[in-house]
Amino acid sequence: MSAGRVRWAIPLAVVPLLFLLAYGFRTDPREIPSPLVGKPAAPFTLTTFDGEPISLESLRGKVVVLNFWASWCYPACYEEAPVLERGWREYRDRSVMLVGINIQDKEEPARKFLQQFGHTFPNAPDPQGRVSVDYGVYGVPETFFIDRAGRVRAKHVGAVTEQIFRAQVERLATEPG
Amino acid sequence: MTPPRARLLLASLLAVASLLTLVAGGAGAAAPVNEDAVREIAAQLRCVVCQNLSVADSPSETANQMRGIIRERLAAGDTPEQVMAYFVEKYGLWILLSPPKQGFNLLVWVVPFAGLGLGLAVVAVLLRRWSRRTAVPAAEAPAVDEAMRQRIRREMAELDR
Repeated sequence: MSAGRVRWAIPLAVVPLLFLLAYGFRTDPREIPSPLVGKPAAPFTLTTFDGEPISLESLRGKVVVLNFWASWCYPACYEEAPVLERGWREYRDRSVMLVGINIQDKEEPARKFLQQFGHTFPNAPDPQGRVSVDYGVYGVPETFFIDRAGRVRAKHVGAVTEQIFRAQVERLATEPG
Repeated sequence: MTPPRARLLLASLLAVASLLTLVAGGAGAAAPVNEDAVREIAAQLRCVVCQNLSVADSPSETANQMRGIIRERLAAGDTPEQVMAYFVEKYGLWILLSPPKQGFNLLVWVVPFAGLGLGLAVVAVLLRRWSRRTAVPAAEAPAVDEAMRQRIRREMAELDR
């Protein structure tokens, strides 16, 4: 029988297994591709912490940066907060709108967070989580970059850095409406 | 019946009918959503903030809100399929705890059973081969020549004495 001749090949059976494991361990189970990139951004109407209504519809024609955050999200949300405020001040005159959406949070610590960072862009709570599910948010912070036509163009998971903010907003702001 | 009275009767009948449909419609909208239906959908959705827990089993705030959204959509008249489709549209197929049985994902469902069947077939073949191999030498063992037979007889006689 030829069993003796192929016996040396038996350990080779682990090779595909090793490939599978190598692939599996390198992918991040927390990284979820968003099916929303390239699609129209879901409309929403919320009331900001200052009591002003804000809707995506009213921002049509502007580049919209939608940032989902929570006061308990430490350190990522605390790292990106100053970046967002600086980015907002830099781009607000170029018809760029930054909107913060506070999710899975309580009002008091959320207000404290806003006070701590002195945010001057509108922030609104999403008490029923409807907007976060509409945007397929699974954690904080998550940031969506929406173009002038109201399409989701990019999603960033984790703290936004100055580099990312500038690259995304610059790209969308220079696009013709 | 005079025409004005007939008209009045018709009008009141219409009023009663519309009131009834209004009540029925109102009752329909306010009817509590079947919690089993909510649970059934939630059990098929992955809790987005936990690992390997369904929305039905997670005590997290997000899962609670998602159950609320399921309830709301069912109350609005969505079918369970439509509710699932909504979550898939927002989160992708990732949100489903079990991949749909179609296309490439079908492999996930077929391969384990195919592997099990293949393994069983291999075991069956090997078992048959091994049992045959041990049976053959057993049949050939009693090849004893005349000298050996005489020696056995002699030694048996020796023992009997």
